Amino acid sequence: MKETSPLNLYKQLPQTNCKKCGEETCMAFAAGLIARTRKVEECTPLIEEKKYAKKLATLRSTVAPELKMVYVGVGDKQVKVGGEDVMYRHQMTFFNKPPFAFDVADNMEEAKLIERVKKITTWRKFYIGKWQGVEMIAVRSVTDDPAKFAACVKTVMANGNGFPLILCSFNPAVLKAGLEVASKEKPLIYAATKDNWKEVAQLAYDYKVPVTLSVPFDLDGLKSMAVTFAEMGLTDLVLDPGTAPNGKMLQQTLTNFINLRRAAVEEAQRDIAYPVMVLPINAWLTTDDPVRAAYWESVLTAAFVIRGGAIMIKHSTEPYSMMPDMHLRFNIYTDPRTPVQVKPGIYKVGNPGPESPVFLTTNFALTYYTVESDVASNGIDAYIIAINTDGIGVQASVAGGQLSPVKIQDSFNEAGFDWAGQKYPAMVLPGMAAKFSGELEDLFAGKAKIMVGPEDSGRIIGWMKDFWPPK
Amino acid sequence: KFSVGVDKTWKHPIQEVTLGATKADGGSRGHVVKLGGEKAMPFFPDAAMPHAPKITMDVFDMPIGMAKAVKMHYEDVINSPGEWAKKAVRDFGADMVTVHLISTDPLLKDTSAQDAVKTVEEVLQAVDVPICIGGSGNPDKDPVVLSKAAEVAQGERVLIASANLNMDWEKIGKACVDNGHVCLAWTQLEINSQKELNRKLMKVAGVPRESIVMDPTTAALAYGLDFAYSNMERIRLGALKGDDELTFPMSSGTTNAWGVRESWMVRSPNKDDSDWGDRMLRGPIWEILTGYSLAMAGVDIFMMMHPTAVAYLHEITQSLMG
Ligand code: B12
Ligand code: SF4
Repeated sequence: MKETSPLNLYKQLPQTNCKKCGEETCMAFAAGLIARTRKVEECTPLIEEKKYAKKLATLRSTVAPELKMVYVGVGDKQVKVGGEDVMYRHQMTFFNKPPFAFDVADNMEEAKLIERVKKITTWRKFYIGKWQGVEMIAVRSVTDDPAKFAACVKTVMANGNGFPLILCSFNPAVLKAGLEVASKEKPLIYAATKDNWKEVAQLAYDYKVPVTLSVPFDLDGLKSMAVTFAEMGLTDLVLDPGTAPNGKMLQQTLTNFINLRRAAVEEAQRDIAYPVMVLPINAWLTTDDPVRAAYWESVLTAAFVIRGGAIMIKHSTEPYSMMPDMHLRFNIYTDPRTPVQVKPGIYKVGNPGPESPVFLTTNFALTYYTVESDVASNGIDAYIIAINTDGIGVQASVAGGQLSPVKIQDSFNEAGFDWAGQKYPAMVLPGMAAKFSGELEDLFAGKAKIMVGPEDSGRIIGWMKDFWPPK
Repeated sequence: KFSVGVDKTWKHPIQEVTLGATKADGGSRGHVVKLGGEKAMPFFPDAAMPHAPKITMDVFDMPIGMAKAVKMHYEDVINSPGEWAKKAVRDFGADMVTVHLISTDPLLKDTSAQDAVKTVEEVLQAVDVPICIGGSGNPDKDPVVLSKAAEVAQGERVLIASANLNMDWEKIGKACVDNGHVCLAWTQLEINSQKELNRKLMKVAGVPRESIVMDPTTAALAYGLDFAYSNMERIRLGALKGDDELTFPMSSGTTNAWGVRESWMVRSPNKDDSDWGDRMLRGPIWEILTGYSLAMAGVDIFMMMHPTAVAYLHEITQSLMG
């Protein structure tokens, strides 16, 4: 969406201020559309009443993202691919994290296959208040045998926990066998090429699935194929412009990604404005050393998370590459418009009672959730007070002055915390805030004891063994 | 036919800055290192990058706490900044070394500026690459220590790290001017403070444009990389569009990656996380991705520690230059 003025969107709304969308005014709703926090469908009168049909159509085309959004999969595991509006994240935000699809192959022994599928679908890490994981499985045909491929897809679906699939083969017969099994779950097919595009287009049409167009290192060819598909009414497209893992062609790969994104969002070239696929998995073509391959795969992943990759096929399930890749994607796709804070106040973790400790931290979301998960996952019942430091972490707010003894006192007062009800009235400071303990002892004299915890909240569990309950 | 234009708003090149001075220029370095000169965002097709990103490896003047994966590479040199510097250049391919004079911190050893000067001389003799001299971060002591260090390194065109707004930046800026060094202007993730400091260094302390490098702060992967990345990307885009208070090369304290617990902890404190795997392999990637993503945002020189991370960052940035 290039539109930046709510007024222009307002013109396409019913302008009745009926409040059905939950906003006070249509203008406020229009502002929400600009920020992409609201969806057109949430204005029910516009959708339901026939007289607004024309407005609805205009509005829909105005708010459509610059880069087409393609849905893969069904249900709550469905992923959105593409749908971006900007070149650089600070211009607004990036909306749809590129899904990571990990590969399995149809020549894998069944037990191994199931084990890998389980590993992919259950991998998770807690970060800033949420479980992070990966989202897709790419089933590759190695045997080129339709029956084997279909059997593999079946096994993956039976064990895949609803993860959306990418069906990978250049052989239309193989793809068809896979679609026979999986088309209801709306997999993405990979890929139409210069040689097979007619048959693959037919498959995409017959089975109503999104399709990848693979025309490596030839943007002219890629564009003309996209135009051809669009003319056939197939617009749920993903583009594969080729991922070279190293050498001079790696530079060309990045250039192609940058140019495609530019064409889509800066020059509004609609006929090429589709999400782009990256194959970090190609790192494995460059070396036999699995550590080296996984490292290089991470580096490629990082390059294209940053510069326009919308969906990725990956291989390494080693935690040392999955973890950093997942965090990088999270950080780049964090919305820079909203501060990552939690509401200040007292939180309960587990079932705290009179014998539980009170941990003190700040309302920076990363800090708060880190502490909370360290406490909760170790089965500790506790209170956590999140002090309002304007969303600054402990170490930075101690240095910058947002956290201070007086602020701490005020926060407890505001929360109305009942020290008298505690068997061991004591607050546990983060180790990084140790220097406040003297002053706090004066401020809380007769009310609560001040204890200094470890520097890293990951060590709270060990600390508890030595220091809690206090003597 | 597919065609797309270039970004026409990028009209202003980044200032080129030379670090180090050879005999011909009155120093004793074997070669110089050039930063800057870009006319486009890094690795964009609009214009070739004139210089590859450089890496300066950290050397400390006293033993410090380090993650296990890092420490194992330095155990044999931890008490000798000279040997440490040699190892970084000879074995790990460092383009430069940074000697951090942290023992001068009043809360650590409180060593004197005279002691610090000896360390600087030792490192200058041990290696012939250009060097960077870092203080302890103490705002009262750094101006004293760094000015003395600047004097003893006169003519070598070192990078003095760093001047920031919470200290006597003027003294540090002047020490750079008087002794022919380059000043690292450090601010904390805030574009307007960066402009303010750069302006003050130029207008008040008289530091010439070709003697300024910026450190807009590196918040590492998972610990605020989103802030650091966008801050740097905005700075570089602003510079290319002609904001002449921002047209300077950038430096990143990439070693901050080792402050993130995911990079060094043996296992997750969260019992329900999937296994974190081998930390000896996890840590280096943390440093690689922290540095590499900031390379994409416009960083020209990286302060780093782990040899594997250094090798990978060199390799990927060079690959992308073609
Ligand atoms: C991102 C960052 C910023 C961001 C902050 C963003 C934010 N929302 O917090 C910004 C740009 C605002 C910032 C600014 C400053 N920063 Co800053 N910043 C950092 C950085 C890079 C990461 C901090 C971070 O997010 N850590 C992660 C969180 C989770 O850590 P945490 O909140 O401390 O929580 C941990 C522990 O404290 C503990 N914990 C937390 N709660 C609890 C509770 C209990 C009970 C227990 C037991 C433990 C515990 O466990 C947590 C997990 O490990 C660090 C360097 C680094 N460490 O990498 C510097 C750093 C913290 N900053 C520093 C400084 C000096 C500043 C400034 C004062 C600089 C200046 N001169 O202007 C300003 C002041 C900020 C302000 N308050 O206005 C210094 C602090 C030095 C010191 N003496 O401690 C650091 C260490 C950098 C450095 N080496 O110089 N900063
Ligand atoms: S539901 Fe539609 S018509 Fe009603 S207030 Fe919201 S935007 Fe206006």
